[in-house]
Amino acid sequence: MASRRFDLFLILPLAIFTLAFLILPLARLAVEAGSGPQGLAGFFAILTEARFRNSLIVTLALAIVTTVATLTVATIAAQTLAGRQFPGRGLLLSMLTFPLAFPGVVVGFMIILFGGRLGLVGSVSKSLFGTNVVFAYSLFGLFLGYLYFSVPRVLLTILAAAEKLDPALVEAARSLGASPFAIQRDVVLPALFPAMYTGGALCFATAMGAFGTAFTLATTIDVTPMLIYTEFTLSTNANMAAAISIALGLITWAVLAIARSRAMHDAKGA
Amino acid sequence: MRQWTSFAGIAITALLALFLVVPVLLSVYAGLTVNYARGFSAGFTLEWVRQVWELYADTVWRSLVVALLTLMLTLLIGVPGAYALVRNGGRFARAVEEIVTLPVAVPGLALALALILSYGGFGAFRQSTLFVVVGHVLFTLPFMMRSVIAVFDTIDWRTLDEGAASLGSPVWRRFIDVILPNVRPGIVAGALTVVTLSIGEFNLTWMMHTPMTKTLPVGLADAYASMRLEIASAYTIVFLIMVIPLLIGLQTIAGLTEKRTKS
Amino acid sequence: MNAPAQANAVRSGSSITTRQLTKTFNGTTVLQPTDLEIPSGQILVLLGPSGCGKTTLLRLIAGLERPDGPDMIRFDGEDVGGVPIEKRNVGMVFQSYALFPNMTVAENVAYGLKIRKIERTRREAETRRLLALVGLEDYADRRISAVSGGQRQRTALARALAIKPRVLLLDEPLAALDAVLRERLRVEIGLLLREFGITAVYVTHDQAEAMAIGDRIAVMQKGRIAQIDVPQAIYHRPANDFVADFVGTMNRIAGRVEGGVLGIQAGETRVRLNAGGPDRATTLCFRPEAVRLTSATGAIVARVAAATFFGATQRLVAEVTPECRLQLDLPSSLSFTPGQVIAFDIDPAAILEFKAAV
Repeated sequence: MASRRFDLFLILPLAIFTLAFLILPLARLAVEAGSGPQGLAGFFAILTEARFRNSLIVTLALAIVTTVATLTVATIAAQTLAGRQFPGRGLLLSMLTFPLAFPGVVVGFMIILFGGRLGLVGSVSKSLFGTNVVFAYSLFGLFLGYLYFSVPRVLLTILAAAEKLDPALVEAARSLGASPFAIQRDVVLPALFPAMYTGGALCFATAMGAFGTAFTLATTIDVTPMLIYTEFTLSTNANMAAAISIALGLITWAVLAIARSRAMHDAKGA
Repeated sequence: MRQWTSFAGIAITALLALFLVVPVLLSVYAGLTVNYARGFSAGFTLEWVRQVWELYADTVWRSLVVALLTLMLTLLIGVPGAYALVRNGGRFARAVEEIVTLPVAVPGLALALALILSYGGFGAFRQSTLFVVVGHVLFTLPFMMRSVIAVFDTIDWRTLDEGAASLGSPVWRRFIDVILPNVRPGIVAGALTVVTLSIGEFNLTWMMHTPMTKTLPVGLADAYASMRLEIASAYTIVFLIMVIPLLIGLQTIAGLTEKRTKS
Repeated sequence: MNAPAQANAVRSGSSITTRQLTKTFNGTTVLQPTDLEIPSGQILVLLGPSGCGKTTLLRLIAGLERPDGPDMIRFDGEDVGGVPIEKRNVGMVFQSYALFPNMTVAENVAYGLKIRKIERTRREAETRRLLALVGLEDYADRRISAVSGGQRQRTALARALAIKPRVLLLDEPLAALDAVLRERLRVEIGLLLREFGITAVYVTHDQAEAMAIGDRIAVMQKGRIAQIDVPQAIYHRPANDFVADFVGTMNRIAGRVEGGVLGIQAGETRVRLNAGGPDRATTLCFRPEAVRLTSATGAIVARVAAATFFGATQRLVAEVTPECRLQLDLPSSLSFTPGQVIAFDIDPAAILEFKAAV
């Protein structure tokens, strides 16, 4: 009896907060999205209207490319760092992970300093070849920005898994004559897969919803979150903004759900 | 072959570190230089930092207040909530966890929009700092809960609880005497994560803020768009000074718990 | 210390009675209706393989699980079935000890007294007394992570005894320790429990531990008590095949009894065992140590297949026929070589016969 009451006491704050500030607002958002001039068709505007559809395609492509690139470099870096002791390892790890705390706007600014009009790459190329290479405001700049904020979190996730990997497994595979490639394929990557799924899912979700970087870079490329913002503030079209938000959220959530069930499946199979 | 692959791994890791760190160093340099375009020859100054402080000091204080309020709420809501979920387990707990983690997957803009549509009518609340705090709690709560649940998963909390019960301790007292002290590493790590994320939060805040409730990242966006490069950089330095100690703290804790679980 | 505290320590605890005690988890009955009488001050060992229901029975007595029905568990005749563990005043020693890592050894022992609002000086004195009792005075201020497995075990015991429980419940308390330590602590715990004279229920899967500690042993099988008796009776007069095998090695000779004699053909010779009773097909059982080498006529003849040295004794694997291999314990001063033929007889009083196997 006392224990039931205690459980209720534990969960009550969470329940109230979630209901008031998550479930109700999301329901309100859905209602708003469905009550525009197009009615329920508003939900599909992201697919039917060319402007929105193009933006969704760019956002999806950017998120997928970012995820693949991040997973690749993070897996390589994680394996390089795991189980290797060298002076300055702690510092290197800090360097690789501290952009974790940077909001998208700051990341955008970093990319401007890197490849903007007064950027490092531009000034180096100017002094070497006489041309100022500027890429910060292009799709490539946006991609670099996404990579910048994705690498630290994914690296941390995969590094944790790589450090748990029993070195005896790799040694056993070597004793059986497996090549480095075969060891990667048959031993290391299967062990890292759950972490790669989780990290990749997080990376994808963040990339789909990222707004600050595109905002700072002020590119002409309309990623979907940017579109939501302009619909709401500039066009004061709350219905459309809500509809796109929900569509974007659903697509992201669906990809995450698939990734998680696969990761769980793999973890159980291992 | 092995030599070659490990060399490539080191090279890629080093390049990655450079890619992440060089822009940060550039921004520190740019914020302290008299004129970025002219380079070293122009000399260094703290003038830009002073100007940033004059223009944006309020955003720094507000970000700190928001972060601390967010932390308090995530502790009050998230820690008991995490315990409730691990205590009850099962399908219900998993469904709750799924819902609570939703803000990680749903774009921040969508959440902000949902909150504005729902509470925009409550003028006093909408215009208060508390409105921004609610957004931050929504976004950071899953991180606090995950951090605490991760520690619950590594300790045999049920037996500890039963042990305390066998000694006559009532349920709430067991929570305070035995459960909380033993999940403390998770709470501390969660707290640092929450404060760090709150100080850096932009997506929700940009939509939710009013001219009177600007936080540091909102100010940064403003500075990036309208101020000269040196001021934007100096402002970035202020931001770095705020978050880097938190990150070092997080890393230290991660190192400590790693050592503890290994021994 | 003062006299009253001393007298208090040697009190004998409550008697425990269970009546048709049953526990069902999600439709699976893990404890069949069980009647149990544990007199005040007695140590009962619940012995059995994992999954036999012994831990469930212990947790029911502790109040960590709720029985299926009302009025199934009584302490001193008082129904405690609905009393949660925190109000039942039972001392519990967990398999993993459940020591609080955030407290020192002394703080762990004192915790139950603190909950009971025992005032500080008395609490500290009592804690010191218990730590001295288990030989941990010098470790009082150590963290749990800074003491050894054996010391943790004793801390857990002291903590459970500190609250002057009505009954002491121990769930595989030595399972986490290495063999040498386990054997030493087995003796120490037995002595300590008898000194306290407290009613105790002790769960284990180790028959040697059960024999050493229990006043009585209840051997459990598939959710019910297969046999409950003093250790000697459990060993020498097991109630069925299962008990016989669980508490030691048992030899079996299968054959047909005709005219009161079981005969088996071993090569040219015919081995005869006096069994008595009507003609029947049966299996006779005996323990490895119930044999004696002999040269008398009518002895059983077997070929030594292997000999394993155990210290004081050695165990022979002796082949009467290829189907009938026996294990025999003989003094290790004798020497045997594989292939050697030996003759022995079995103590007739030690021969057991069970009804058809369960």
